[in-house]
Amino acid sequence: MADHHDHTSFAHPVSVKLLVTVFVALILLTILTVVSAGQLPRPFGLWVAMGIATVKAALVMLFFMHMFWDKPFNIMAFMSSLLFASLFISMTLMDTGHYQDTIDQFPREPVAQPAAPAQP
Amino acid sequence: MATADTQVHDEHEHGEFIAHHFDNAEQQYDSGKLGIWVFLVTEVLFFSGLFVAYTLYRSHHPEIFDQAHVFLDKWLGGLNTVVLLFSSLTMALGVRYAQLGKNKLVAFFVLITMVCAAVFIGVKAIEYSHKWDQGILVSSAFNYTTVHAVPATAIGKALHISDYLVYLSAVPAILLIGFLIAAVGFTVGGKKILGIFCGCMAITAGGYFLGAVGAQVYMNATDGGVGGSHASQPILLYAQEDHAADDQAGTEHAVDDHGDGNEEHSADDHGAQASHGPDPTKFVRDIGIFFSIYYCMTGLHAFHIIGGIIALAWILWRSLLGQWRSDYFGPVDYVGLYWHLVDLIWIFLFPMLYLID
Repeated sequence: MADHHDHTSFAHPVSVKLLVTVFVALILLTILTVVSAGQLPRPFGLWVAMGIATVKAALVMLFFMHMFWDKPFNIMAFMSSLLFASLFISMTLMDTGHYQDTIDQFPREPVAQPAAPAQP
Repeated sequence: MATADTQVHDEHEHGEFIAHHFDNAEQQYDSGKLGIWVFLVTEVLFFSGLFVAYTLYRSHHPEIFDQAHVFLDKWLGGLNTVVLLFSSLTMALGVRYAQLGKNKLVAFFVLITMVCAAVFIGVKAIEYSHKWDQGILVSSAFNYTTVHAVPATAIGKALHISDYLVYLSAVPAILLIGFLIAAVGFTVGGKKILGIFCGCMAITAGGYFLGAVGAQVYMNATDGGVGGSHASQPILLYAQEDHAADDQAGTEHAVDDHGDGNEEHSADDHGAQASHGPDPTKFVRDIGIFFSIYYCMTGLHAFHIIGGIIALAWILWRSLLGQWRSDYFGPVDYVGLYWHLVDLIWIFLFPMLYLID
């Protein structure tokens, strides 16, 4: 009855092997992140963690979210959101960075110091 | 052809669930795909505001993050990460089987995804209630005390768990019992699919308790306390009740991590009254800002997880009805994409909040 339906032409089931391989890679990267946290000197720790997180994100996007085989337009749409988010972050960082030095010039009310820890 | 009554609608022109304003099944699928990707764009931008807040404060006031992060337990956070990654795998497998028209397998993998989501929420409930016990709230209400709140409810006292945990667990408990009763009722009443569905929802609610119990056992084993695991020793001093001399010596090496002299803490190990944890008089002024950011980011994320569970329940229901086939599997694919985005966000949240040094 269904004549002009080409059933399996657009469905693209991903192989179980590939999905499980990606999963194992994600777990290994997670272990790497947790273990390396705190081992690295100050500024690098965050960048390495973010770098590994980006690799993990790429794996999830490309294979779990099927982006590897997806239409370029969908990919562009999603990438544009990352672009605008990064603009958001960078612009605000720049702007707030400009006046950090002058913030201390504004008076602040003193905050009541918390009580020393209880000694039961 | 354009009759409003769908019952006399001519099904010959397109398969079930393929809307007639599309040329064919593939175009319908592609349209929905674009729609969900655009929605994911809005979700990314939604979260980006909080990421900006994080980046700004981390960049301009790193001392807040250096001090406050010790309250977070990276092993619980790591467990949640593994759970969500696994749920992403099962979701992707569910999508795969939907494309092959294997509805029972779709239902199976979607159920596992939902249980993983519930486990995540259970672990989160332990984390949150433990912090609330210590007065760790958003910045304006931040009122940290080294002495844990003592449970006052009957259940809290009996199980030695936080009152807040009791309140948080009320909803999953009601859902669990309600769905169990409904499952039995429907099955006995002959409505098999509804019975199975309610049984699956009860299992999902049970997942919450699996996560909560597991995390509570972990907290007890590591003596709860600040951040839980002794592996995450804080930079600040532990409050020590008996050893004033140690306090003197300890003040000198406040910068040293894995404090050697600070392993000992309150002898009272019965959780509720133990006084241990960082010394609040050493906190920077605005330390609460970290927790404002923490609660907003993880709270919004948890809210998305719960919404995802609801969407997955819808997919589960339709899988039990056997509605997926190789030319119609869009909804599974789209909910899957949403779920992967929720996982993506956590992939970034985890190192940003839990793995600061």
